[in-house]
Amino acid sequence: MSNLKRYPGFLPMTIFCLILLYAPLLIVMVYSFNESASITRWGGFSLVWYRDVFFGIEAAKYKAAAWNSLIIAMSAASCATVIATCAALAMLRGGSFTGKSASFALINLPLMVPEIVTAVATLIFFSSIGFQRGLLTILVAHIVFCIPFAYLPIAARLQGIEAHYEQAAMDLYASRWRAFRLVLMPLMMPGIIAGFLLAFIISLDDFIITNFVKGAGIETLPTAIFGAVKQGIKPDIMAISTCMLMVSVLFVTASYFVNRLGNQNN
Amino acid sequence: MAGLVPSSGKSAAFAPARIWLMLPSWASIGFFLLLPVLLMLVYSFLTKEFRGGVVWEFSLSSYDRFFLDRGLFGDEPPQIEWTYIAIFWRSAWQAGLATILCLIVGFPTAWFIATRPSHTRSLWLFLITIPYWVNLLIRTVSMKFLIRDNGPLNEWLMAIGLIDAPITMINTNFAVQLGLFYSYLPFMVLPIYAAVERYNFALNEAAADLYAPKWRVLWLIVLPVVRPGVIAGCILVFVPSLGAFLAPDLLGGAKNWMIGSLIEDQFKGAAGNWPFGAAVAMVLLSIVLVVLFIYARSHARASEQ
Repeated sequence: MSNLKRYPGFLPMTIFCLILLYAPLLIVMVYSFNESASITRWGGFSLVWYRDVFFGIEAAKYKAAAWNSLIIAMSAASCATVIATCAALAMLRGGSFTGKSASFALINLPLMVPEIVTAVATLIFFSSIGFQRGLLTILVAHIVFCIPFAYLPIAARLQGIEAHYEQAAMDLYASRWRAFRLVLMPLMMPGIIAGFLLAFIISLDDFIITNFVKGAGIETLPTAIFGAVKQGIKPDIMAISTCMLMVSVLFVTASYFVNRLGNQNN
Repeated sequence: MAGLVPSSGKSAAFAPARIWLMLPSWASIGFFLLLPVLLMLVYSFLTKEFRGGVVWEFSLSSYDRFFLDRGLFGDEPPQIEWTYIAIFWRSAWQAGLATILCLIVGFPTAWFIATRPSHTRSLWLFLITIPYWVNLLIRTVSMKFLIRDNGPLNEWLMAIGLIDAPITMINTNFAVQLGLFYSYLPFMVLPIYAAVERYNFALNEAAADLYAPKWRVLWLIVLPVVRPGVIAGCILVFVPSLGAFLAPDLLGGAKNWMIGSLIEDQFKGAAGNWPFGAAVAMVLLSIVLVVLFIYARSHARASEQ
């Protein structure tokens, strides 16, 4: 039986796939610890470029950019998670109503419109209503873009929860709000956390939309890195990239374990 | 994605509040995305002002400029303008080729992972998921670093004596293709994996009992069954590749523009022509919506059967 599932060449292809996905990242990580300023010659292990990033001339610029990124990602993910949770309750526990499939399409609209088109449209919108571009415009654009990413895991989780729970709570005279807060929300928590983490990482990673709607002088980490890369890839870029890489890996790992914990509790 | 809308709605406990619960998402996406896209459509029919702004005056000049060449002073008999069509054509074939390459590598990978025993399967899957969530900018920059003229790949190839002088890979169509292929490969693996995981392998046994050769089983039985996953993967690779900005910008340089670079140049770059940029974005959006519409129709037809 297992022999029937096995095809010659599929294992080498998988290995090729993983090498292709990981080789560039690993090489950048290794070279970020390279003593030598010449990018491609190995000059021995050193943390000099990390010192440069955190304490060097451009440290203030990167620190400000990192703060902006963090504040925006935190706020955008929180707002998107709340909005998506409300939407999931209405879509999955609100019975059938007119405009339901239109609402579903609207929630998924940010996934269907190419990112660069979203960026252009948002820029035109803000500029035509005369809204000053800055942190706030980035935040609004990110909230909208993150909603479907938060919605998917939350809705998937809610769909797996039987309706008996909130029905029992409401039969015992819990108000709708208390039934949600005390019964449904704890059950939904793994989905809500996964949705939040996803939205957070999507916001943290975004370059294209931010690049269009950011005001002059305001940078997030990706736009700061992009600007620096345009001047050539210096070793400190590799050090920052490695740090961001680690943050992403940390988040994916966290959401992986949250998911597993949720599945075990079921 | 399709399974998350319940057809009947087994519970309606929150039905009285549903309007208030939907309101935040209607308002935020409607006001800050749907409305802006409609405004962009309007913008594409406006007149360009001399210094980067717009005049609120109806004009077809953006679309005219996209399709027709009327000479430097606009008084020659119109001919077809090939510049922008060529950029769209390049984007289309680059995205198409990236989709095919991702499928060739992604399908075996997805199949291999889905047929692992369950305890190692999640680890393999995890390995594919990590690059999926790593910043696309950083991934593209890493690729740029790797394939530069004096980058590690060239040095390594020279060290083992395969080449004598560095090969120029950066700023070529090849580099853009490699970038797209590498960027969106996980987007192909994950949906195919989801489809193969649900596949009933008893079908393979039945086919083997009837003496069907293995590869024929893959082609005639497995592929039709997992087709929805394959199509979803192809769309997830093709659509973002078509409008990609980072790969053509960082790896392709100025000679290998794709649609994304053309649009960006109208807003951020030297060109500074917002109505024309809006028109190009509109053309891109229309193409993507047509692709998604065809997909939705075939999906609906497949689930009816």
